[in-house]
Amino acid sequence: MKFFGIHLMPYTPLDPKAADLYNSAWITLPNTYFDRDEGHALYERFIKELVAADALGFDGICVNEHHQNAYGLMPIPGVIAGALAQRVKGRLAVLGRALPLVNNPLTISEEYAMLDQMCNGRLIAGFVRGIGAEYHSTGINPTESHARFHEAHDLIVQSWTRPGPFHFAGKYYDFEYVNPWPLPVQRPHPTIWIPSQGSSETIEWAASADRRYTYLQTLSPTPVLRRYMDLYKQECRKNGYEALPEQLGWSTPMYVAKTDEQAYAEAKPHFDAFMNRFFHLTPEMLLPPGYSSAASIKMMRSKLSSGKRTMEGCIELGMFICGSPKTVRETLLARQQEIGFGNLISQFQFGTLPHDLTMRNIEYLATDVWPFLRERVAPSPEAVAS
Amino acid sequence: MTAVDQSNETSTLNLLGCKVNYRRKGTGPTLLFLHGAAGVGGWTPWMLQLTERFDVIVPDHPGFGSSDTPEWFDNIHDLAYYYLDFIKALGLHDVHLVGHSLGGWIAAEIAVRDSSALKTLTLTAAAGLRIPGVERVDVFLLAPKDVPPALFFDQKFADAMSAHTKTDAEVDLDLKNGYAFARVAWQPRLYDPHLDKWLHRIDVPALILWGDADKIVPPEHAAEFKRLIPQATVEIFPHCGHLPQVEQPQAFLRALTTFIERNGA
Repeated sequence: MKFFGIHLMPYTPLDPKAADLYNSAWITLPNTYFDRDEGHALYERFIKELVAADALGFDGICVNEHHQNAYGLMPIPGVIAGALAQRVKGRLAVLGRALPLVNNPLTISEEYAMLDQMCNGRLIAGFVRGIGAEYHSTGINPTESHARFHEAHDLIVQSWTRPGPFHFAGKYYDFEYVNPWPLPVQRPHPTIWIPSQGSSETIEWAASADRRYTYLQTLSPTPVLRRYMDLYKQECRKNGYEALPEQLGWSTPMYVAKTDEQAYAEAKPHFDAFMNRFFHLTPEMLLPPGYSSAASIKMMRSKLSSGKRTMEGCIELGMFICGSPKTVRETLLARQQEIGFGNLISQFQFGTLPHDLTMRNIEYLATDVWPFLRERVAPSPEAVAS
Repeated sequence: MTAVDQSNETSTLNLLGCKVNYRRKGTGPTLLFLHGAAGVGGWTPWMLQLTERFDVIVPDHPGFGSSDTPEWFDNIHDLAYYYLDFIKALGLHDVHLVGHSLGGWIAAEIAVRDSSALKTLTLTAAAGLRIPGVERVDVFLLAPKDVPPALFFDQKFADAMSAHTKTDAEVDLDLKNGYAFARVAWQPRLYDPHLDKWLHRIDVPALILWGDADKIVPPEHAAEFKRLIPQATVEIFPHCGHLPQVEQPQAFLRALTTFIERNGA
C-alpha cells in the first residue's frame, strides 16, 4: 500500500464574507479579493508542506489543477510539480491535468514528458475532465466534455507510444505533425491515474484490459466510495482480470491531533470553511448541461439542495477522517480491509487550516498512521480477493 | 417520411436520421415558427390565433422537446442546414419564417444561407450577435428561481411562472432542452462570430420585434440586426421583456400580421 499527500493550495486569506456575497468562490468571485502581496508567501508555505510530507516518508505527493477560483491556486500544476521535482524523492503526481479544457493537448504530453524526465520516471500522470465550473471559466463546451477527454487522452498516449511524426485526426483535435520532444522516461508511458468523484462511464473506460488505469475516488461518502470501487472491480472481471490494489485509490481530507476532541476542535473552523466557503458552488456552476448525463445531473442537484455541510456530518459520512492517531488509523484500516484500495491520498490541508497545524498533521500521519497501516496491509501487488 | 397524428395536429418527419416532431394547423400562407431555448409545450393562445390566418408549423428543433438528438448535432449551422432540408422535404415555399430568441438566431442563419423558399423573415428577441459593451444576463449561470424575473418586464408573468411546480417529466424535458441549447450556444455565448458578416445576404423583407426591457438579449441587438439586414423594419414594445408573444400577445400579433400582409401574404 502506498501513502500520498495532496495539496489544493487554497487562497487561505480569502475574506470570509466574499464567497457568500458572490454566491461562490468560483467563476464570478472577483479576483480583486486576491492580494498580490500574499501570493508569494502562500506558494512558499504550500511547497514547504509538500516537501515536508516527502521528507517524512510519504510515498508520493500530489498537486492538481483548478481555474479561476479561491479553492486552488494551481491553474498550471506543472509549475509547482517542476519546483517539486528538484526537491522530493518520492512519486510526484499531478492529479491531474483537465484534458478537455485545453485546445492543444500536446502541451500536456510535453509537460508530463518534461516532468517525468526531470524526476527520472517518478511522475504519475493524472487525467481529469475538470470541475463543471471550469467549463464556464475556460469557455469549453461541457456537452463535449467526455468526447474531448477521450480524444485528448488518445492523442497524448499515442504521442508517447507511437514513433513520430504522425498525423492525429480527431473531431476536436487534429495535428498534422505529432512528434514531441522530449519523451517520458517511463515506458511505454508514465503511470496514469484517473481521479473522479464517481462516474460509471469513466470507470468502464479506465478499467478496460488495455488501460488498467488507477481509478481514484475523491471526496466521497463511504457508500459512494464502496459502490464505485466495487464497480471498478466488476468491470475488471468483465474484462477478464482481477483489479490489483494499486489500481484502486481513495483521496480524502484527514486531520490528526493528540485526542479526538482536540482534532475536532482544531479542524472544525477550517474544514467548514473548506466545504462551505472554498467549495461553495451553485448547481449551475457545478453541473453545466452535458457535463454529466441528465440522470446524474438530476440526482446530484437534489443532493446539492440539502444546504450547508458540517464537519460532523462529513465525518459521519466518511468524507473526512479526523481524530486521534488511534481513531484515524483504525478507521483507515477498516476502510482499506473492506474496500481493498492500494493507494491512499491524504488531503492534509483544507480550507483555512494554518501552516503549524498542517505541519503537525503531516507529522502525525507520517509517524503515527502510515507505519501502522504499512505493517498491516500487504504491499505485494496481489489480486484483490473479492 | 411523415407520420401524422390528426388528434393534436402533430406530425413526425424522419430526415437525416433525425425524427423531428412538429405541430401543424390552420390554412393560408405558411408560417414556420422556430422556438426559443425553452422549447414549446404545445399550442399556445397566440399560436392558435395565428392558425386562423396561416398554415402554422411549429417544430421541436433537433435535440429539443420530443425530437431526436442526432449524431450530427454539433452547432447552430447544423440546425440551419437541417431546416433548409426540412422546408424542402415538406415542399414549403413562400414561407413566413418567424423565430424567437434561439429560434430567431436559427432563422437568421437559415436566411443568410438560402432565402429562396422564404417570403419574409421575422426575428423576435433573436440571439446570434454580439455587441461589444452590451451586457446581458448569463442564462447558463441563472438559478431556476431567477429565470422568470429575468424573462419578463411585468413581474406578474414571472410570479405566475414561478408558482408552477414542475412535474418530473417537465424537469427531464428542461434537462434535454438545456443540453441542446448548450450544444449550440455555450461558446461563444449565444452568438455566431461569423453571422454579422453575411446578414446582408438576406434579400426578403425582415421584421425585427423586441421588448425594450429584454435582459436576455437586450434591445441594442434589434438595432444591430436592422443595421445589417437590408430590408428590415423594427418595432420595439415598451415595458416588455424577452417574450413579447407572451407578455404582449396582441401587440406582437398585430405587428406580425400587419407586416406579413403588407409583404404578400
